[in-house]
Amino acid sequence: MAEERKELIKLESGEAEQPFRWSAGVYGSKFLTELRDNKRFVGVRCPRCGKVYVPPRNVCGPCFVELTELVPVSDEGEIITFTVVSFGFVDPSTGKQKPVPYGYAVIKLDGVDTYILHYLDETDPQKIRVGARVKAVFEEERTGSMLDVRHFTLLDR
Amino acid sequence: MEPVAVVGVGMTAMRRERREDGYADLVYEAVRLALEDAGMTIDQVDNVVTVSNDFFDGRTISSMAVQDACGSYDKNVSTVEGDGTFGAFYGLMRILSGSFGTTLVCAHHKGSESVMPLITNAMFEPVYERFLGAEAVTSSALQARAYMDKFGVTEEECALVSVKNHGNAFRNPLAQLPLELTVEEVMSSPYVAEPLKVLDCCPISDGASAVILASAEVAEKITSKPVWVKGVAHCCDAYHLGDRDLSDARALRDAARRAYSMAGISDPRREIDLVELYDAFSYMELMWLEGLGFCGPGEGGKLTASGATAPEGEIPVNPSGGCLSGHPVLVAGLNRIIECVLQISGEAGERQVDGVRTAVAHGINGPCGQSHCVWVLGGEK
Amino acid sequence: MGKRVAVVGVGMTKQRSSRPDVTGQELINEAVRAALEDAGISRRDIDAVVIGNMDHFEGINYVDTWSVDGSGALMKPIMKLTTGGTTGTTVAMAAYYHVASGLFDRVLAIGWEKNSESDTTGAIITAFDPFWDRPIFAGAVAGLALEATQYMHLTGATEEDAAYVAARERRHALNNPYAHLHINLTIEDIMNSPYLSWPVKMGDMCPRTDGACAVIFASEDVVDEFPSQPAWILAVADRHLWAYTSDPYVNQALENGWWFPALEWAAGEVYDKVGIRDPLKEIDVAELYLPYSFAGLRYMESLGFCERGGGPALVRSGATDMGGECPVNPSGGVMSSNAIGATGLLRVAECALQIQGRAGDRQVPEVKIALATGFGGCFWSDVLLMGREMPEKPRG
Repeated sequence: MAEERKELIKLESGEAEQPFRWSAGVYGSKFLTELRDNKRFVGVRCPRCGKVYVPPRNVCGPCFVELTELVPVSDEGEIITFTVVSFGFVDPSTGKQKPVPYGYAVIKLDGVDTYILHYLDETDPQKIRVGARVKAVFEEERTGSMLDVRHFTLLDR
Repeated sequence: MEPVAVVGVGMTAMRRERREDGYADLVYEAVRLALEDAGMTIDQVDNVVTVSNDFFDGRTISSMAVQDACGSYDKNVSTVEGDGTFGAFYGLMRILSGSFGTTLVCAHHKGSESVMPLITNAMFEPVYERFLGAEAVTSSALQARAYMDKFGVTEEECALVSVKNHGNAFRNPLAQLPLELTVEEVMSSPYVAEPLKVLDCCPISDGASAVILASAEVAEKITSKPVWVKGVAHCCDAYHLGDRDLSDARALRDAARRAYSMAGISDPRREIDLVELYDAFSYMELMWLEGLGFCGPGEGGKLTASGATAPEGEIPVNPSGGCLSGHPVLVAGLNRIIECVLQISGEAGERQVDGVRTAVAHGINGPCGQSHCVWVLGGEK
Repeated sequence: MGKRVAVVGVGMTKQRSSRPDVTGQELINEAVRAALEDAGISRRDIDAVVIGNMDHFEGINYVDTWSVDGSGALMKPIMKLTTGGTTGTTVAMAAYYHVASGLFDRVLAIGWEKNSESDTTGAIITAFDPFWDRPIFAGAVAGLALEATQYMHLTGATEEDAAYVAARERRHALNNPYAHLHINLTIEDIMNSPYLSWPVKMGDMCPRTDGACAVIFASEDVVDEFPSQPAWILAVADRHLWAYTSDPYVNQALENGWWFPALEWAAGEVYDKVGIRDPLKEIDVAELYLPYSFAGLRYMESLGFCERGGGPALVRSGATDMGGECPVNPSGGVMSSNAIGATGLLRVAECALQIQGRAGDRQVPEVKIALATGFGGCFWSDVLLMGREMPEKPRG
């Protein structure tokens, strides 16, 4: 008997996508509109432990109390940790290849107790250090997204 | 089974869109309500089970959004992806293991944020079935047709369920869709997928809910009116619709048989005072009533037409308005449990049915009620 | 009072980069049949099934009901759990609680993934918040790289210290016929591999894998029915702290000195329950969810195997090698096979085989106590302690 040709079929999902319209919530919306309209960061303060959260969230996990007090915070801060991303990948938010390399950091804004993730304007890891000062650089066209901040720039190179 | 009680319940209002609230906002609201109901603080909760679904939330680890809001900080916590009745069952097991005195179970859903048919389409086998467009409504239409043809159940009999449940919703301030309907109005609403018409189908909803379960030792300290879990079981039928007799809810019969056996129930129609079941479509209420043993196969329509399932009937079914009047998926099953608890403890407000001692709550997973979970709850330990 | 619970059967597929010859259900079924055969029972004997994976890796919604042909759950109770990387250990814990509750005597736990069927990095990015994290988050590799930078900054650990861990895992994998990567990478090979996200290099990372694992858990009332030595669950605990991807770095840096509270608190809970005071001496083997090399330094510290900052010295001493004081990942671990939903359950399965003395070429002699962990989400942690002796009383 002739050997059967073995072909293993893969079915492509093609252009299948699942569109979503997520809610930012009351304080998240405030944060994003401040970013968009005034190039300002705001956080929320926990009435019990006093911790300031950026981005805003509705509950302080350890205290389990609602967060309602908006506080303005700085657009400058320091690098807590960083990396330089050099592997190529498709960004699921855009469906496009993310341009690499780029610097990428966990940043503590002044006056805030939690951290945010954002891009850096530097791609040489030897020129970035934990503790370095950074400042937000805003896009000209802003839409109400974290990407209204183009990146953080290193202040003391 | 060692006695375990429900000691606190919380439900948000079910609405078409709660735009101001993210998942964490909804869950925090439900959890706060449940804690308040139980007279507990979050510190008295020993462990947490969250319920969510990565497809419905558009997030690979959907539980992450609610880790702060569910109050699980420095607690053991886990996540069931499925109906709230299944999540609550896992919460119950964690108490029965002896490891925890109390479990908080919470569920959330925002149907407003996604495209429901695309998401329920993803329940179907990608190679052979998905491209045909099968999703929750169209597959249920196949089941409705199989069931109605086999037993001669009419569209009018199904319409009676819709009339009753939307009417019941007027007495439930949390319901999304109280409607004053006639059978004729249901019959003349447009077909979505024959034989299902618009008014045979549940709405898309946003909402969250939470229950707190406690061991007998803890429950009796916390509350003077614990509602006890008497029996609970679940069972799953075959996956491919072609592998199932869609007109036969055999998995539900099996789950009910085991839950009743735990609860010592031999004659459900006589021994059970109220039912909250998962009526995602009107025909489902008839099929599930049969599967739960309240009437014989094909007799659900006649039972409904007799008025027995009305709030003042012999066996009230979905006095809350059911899923037809508000359907946050996953939350919906937890809401069935909560409604039974409120009825047994006499706290169901305007929708209170007199003399409820034993009630049955029911939830489903998968297409056409593939997997069923049945809870028997009672006022006596 | 709950029941004491043991693992009585284990089944795993060979872990491979891609399994185009099977559907997901068929892949699951390979592991399930192996586990049933191992336990000497049939599908009929199973009282309930728990299953886990991450939906968006295969694009299947309601995996519990979808799985039935492979999982054998037809006309049985089946429940789906998912918590990200910790899914496999979450499923193991769910099986544990199913049996411990006294409601089910024989429970089948299944963890699986076909990572070849989607874009793993894309699916991991969508695990995070769409507003705050997702536009910028670059997936697991970059998230772990942030941890590595912080760890090196705080301890002075080097990339070469981490390479030592990566080389150990690949060396151990050579003894495991089920492992995905069978490549004897040297420290030099790892140091010379390209950066993916500085300081993390290709050789530091886990692969993406297709694979499944099935484990049968049984109650103390029925363990005698099974042919092999029961591997008892001594204690389980988890912490899934935090909701946003940058949260863990906060907690490490400010609130807890600078370490890893989710792992420390969960491990502390199981150690307290079992009475473990000196993990390095008292635990005979560890199967840890180390998704990349630096984890093999830092997590040893959080698990109490050495003091903070002591990870590099511990690993370089050989204590975690085969033949050392407490061999870590004789199976080759996650850096050698990572079918994500299966990964945590494989750790539990490997611990069971070690306790039963059935681990073949990767067997550690005389294993009485074994430690399994799961890792995922926002640096979430699951911890299970297993042992050869039946515990005196049930204790979750």
